[in-house]
Amino acid sequence: MLELAFKGGKKYWGWMAFLLGVISAGFAVYLWQFNFGLGITGMSRDVSWGFYIANFTFLVGVAAGGVMVVTPYYLHNYKAFGKITILGEFLAIASVIMCLLFIIVDLGQPIRALNVLLYPSPNSILFWDAVVLNGYLLLNIVIGWNVLEAERNGTHYGSWLKPLIYLSIPWAVSIHTVTAYLYCGLPGRGFWLTAILAPRFLASAFAAGPALLILLCLVIRRTTNFDPGREQIQSLAKIVAYAICINVFFFLCEVFVVFYSNIPSHMDHMKYLFVGLHGHDSLVPFMWTSMALMVFAIILLVNPITRKNETVLAVACVSVFMGTWIDKGLGMISGGFVPSPMHHVTEYAPTIPEIIITLGVYGVGFLVLTALFKIVVSVKEETRG
Amino acid sequence: MESSRRKFLKIAGASAVAGLGAHSILNALASEEQAETVEIKIGPKALHAKNWGMVIDTRKLTTSADLKPIIDACNKIHNIPIKLENKNHEIKWIWEEKYQHAFPVLSGNKYANDRVTKLPFLVLCNHCENPPCVRACPTQATFKRKSDGIVMMDFHRCIGCRFCMAACPYGSRSFNFRDPRPFIEHESKDFPTRMKGVVEKCNFCAERLAVGKQPACVEASKGALVFGDLRDPDSKIRKVLKENYTIRRKQELGTEPAVYYIV
Repeated sequence: MLELAFKGGKKYWGWMAFLLGVISAGFAVYLWQFNFGLGITGMSRDVSWGFYIANFTFLVGVAAGGVMVVTPYYLHNYKAFGKITILGEFLAIASVIMCLLFIIVDLGQPIRALNVLLYPSPNSILFWDAVVLNGYLLLNIVIGWNVLEAERNGTHYGSWLKPLIYLSIPWAVSIHTVTAYLYCGLPGRGFWLTAILAPRFLASAFAAGPALLILLCLVIRRTTNFDPGREQIQSLAKIVAYAICINVFFFLCEVFVVFYSNIPSHMDHMKYLFVGLHGHDSLVPFMWTSMALMVFAIILLVNPITRKNETVLAVACVSVFMGTWIDKGLGMISGGFVPSPMHHVTEYAPTIPEIIITLGVYGVGFLVLTALFKIVVSVKEETRG
Repeated sequence: MESSRRKFLKIAGASAVAGLGAHSILNALASEEQAETVEIKIGPKALHAKNWGMVIDTRKLTTSADLKPIIDACNKIHNIPIKLENKNHEIKWIWEEKYQHAFPVLSGNKYANDRVTKLPFLVLCNHCENPPCVRACPTQATFKRKSDGIVMMDFHRCIGCRFCMAACPYGSRSFNFRDPRPFIEHESKDFPTRMKGVVEKCNFCAERLAVGKQPACVEASKGALVFGDLRDPDSKIRKVLKENYTIRRKQELGTEPAVYYIV
């Protein structure tokens, strides 16, 4: 099937060439980082994780979000999603690849990365994160590929695949749960030290993942002869609506506990993010934008009239995606490090090289995603015609 | 290079013959690498303890000038790159903090006595009994030495993920954001310099204990720092702890720091 990714029109190759350009730029800057060290980033002794880990966290969510099309189809026999489950699975593959790349570019000694396997440490959540992420990648490759190939050949996929499909559902939940555990089990980091972190991560994942999928479906419909379907998009929209509401609800639960309990080490981070702390407030406008985008999206998604209009729906999905990206990509990681456990306020902002490397990783993800979706679309066009 | 490849082939061949899987090959390679780790050779005059601990007597350390020789002693023997100007990239093993940073929770007391709140405090790795950094490390590059409770680092195994820095509630860990070597003032040959991309921190001078010396900071402190075995009821440190009321940083987190402060 892979050959399908190598047959395409001018637009397809133009887009791929553009992505290769972005990847090359990212790779060139990465070589610089590899030689100099992580000092070319905006990270510091106090804010020791930054943009890379933040985007990693966000994309784990997007990857997990794919399960929102898998579950209704395979578990509840919701037939309409049969048409698009493969898109969810392939989106998960591209997202997990980006996650793994973000971990690699964040390492101070990337050539030693395999020490994680050479000296397996079950007490470290990072070890488990490596296990669940790689496992999820493998599951989605095996499932997605075999199901699509069966569809192409006009057969039913092998029955051996069914247990793997069922396994992939809790596995999707596990990747984001374990990723949340990276943060929420650390003493002395009040912002993350909350049992609702994993549920909150999942809620935002189940909003952001399907929102991106809706946007991708709309792009596919526009650029190819394959229509993912109106019903499918509308069902996804309802999932996004529920998830984004739950996400905001969980956030409000957090706000209540933090401020009603009045414990300074928990309040300080929230204050830093939303009103500024000791005169440091660079994230304040972003956080309020994030909140505004999510509330705006809720209004558009909950109301059936606006949700059913696909143009408005696209706007809502962009809002969900941007809102959750700011929330997790900018606020969640910096917010946990500022103020530091010694109550120093050191602010963080990514540097230009850091942003270029980040874009390079996204370039790889979109390249993989485009190739995989190209295969899907070609198969769908073949089997229909 | 050639010889190590030959060795690898030999091990691989032998394992294949013996019917052992890839696992044993990996183990053999791993143990070869482990031989190069920083495990310190214990000399005949070495100082021993079941659980090393430290008491910092802040009554004897009232000004920054009192702290400076102690900090300098550590910086010098451990090749700390003190010439690094970018504050974001700072490497610190033992350093001075204000009261409100060393004890952020206690500093909530607005009416506390001026003598204490204006004091400069020495802070360093607490060599916790339950170290969150060791729990977080995915490669055991940071570990708690079973023999004496020192939380140590293997600079050669660290992958630079910085999970330990997120885990440490005391800000005791530093990361080499760039090659530190050009920023060392006088390179000491008695302790390894580090490379870019690894985390480091205070090691309670494990390399000095191994040859019968007290930690450098203790030696330079003129008696303001007391170092000894917390598990030995007859040790000097236990006597000091018995006679003076001491506090520890962020005791509420259950990490059980081994560094105590007399205030």
